[in-house]
Amino acid sequence: MALDPAFVGRCYPAAGSYQVGREKIREFADALGDDSAVYRDSCAAQAAGHPDVIAPPTFAIILSMRAQEVLAEDPELGLDYSRVVHGDQSFTHHRPIHAGDELSSTLHVDGIRTMGGNDMLTVRCEITDRTGAPVTTARSMLVVRGEGGAR
Amino acid sequence: MTLRRHADVVEGDELPPLQVRLTRGELIRYAGASGDLNPIHWSDRIAREVGLPDVIAHGMLTMGLVARLVTGWAGDPAAVLECGVRFTRPVVVPDDPEGALVELSGRVSQHRDDGTVLVAITARAGGQTVLGKATATVALTVDNP
Repeated sequence: MALDPAFVGRCYPAAGSYQVGREKIREFADALGDDSAVYRDSCAAQAAGHPDVIAPPTFAIILSMRAQEVLAEDPELGLDYSRVVHGDQSFTHHRPIHAGDELSSTLHVDGIRTMGGNDMLTVRCEITDRTGAPVTTARSMLVVRGEGGAR
Repeated sequence: MTLRRHADVVEGDELPPLQVRLTRGELIRYAGASGDLNPIHWSDRIAREVGLPDVIAHGMLTMGLVARLVTGWAGDPAAVLECGVRFTRPVVVPDDPEGALVELSGRVSQHRDDGTVLVAITARAGGQTVLGKATATVALTVDNP
């Protein structure tokens, strides 16, 4: 079943905020095999001008994925998450995420189009800090494979 | 680490390439760290049920390696203002000690007057490219006159 283009323009604020912790950043950097000191040593991060250890550029996917959970939970949208494939992803960093940040996110539906039996759903997660200042904009294009569709 | 100087970079500069071997262990580690528990990244059975040849790596793990290539060259992760990729082919990771070898390379494709550069990245696994339109915008150190 094709997704309804009337959902374009909707936004879903994520429930609760996300507390960024030093150990989560270290764990994420470890999973990428990245031993940079600014991800694991507060002193090194402070020497580089940051309040605490900073997160790798793709760390915001954690918040983006959490924000996307609301899509699967909206019965009106009718999204079958088991058919979703990640088509593309981008991040715009207004400033680096650092340990101690308390982040909020809102998911915006920017586009829905159907191509070759698949739905292409474009969403944008706007991440802000506790003052409301923008931190990261994460854009995702999700391909929802049609029944018997490609991929 | 010190942030690379904008004046020291020219269009066409190649980034030091990065080769990363991904085994099932790395996928499990990334699943835990990122919270992406989709079973196509750890279950042979479910991967095959949805029509994949085998378990595949998280696209975001490959993208994370792209960012690692760029930040390692730039000298400061905070310098990455934007990065984006298109996932064009899955990285298939068999359950053996070799897993999959992901090979990343990058090149400075634009040197801009505003102190930034655009880096174009290529990621290959199993002899094929796995990402399209992989780019990063990086703000480098600009000397004061």
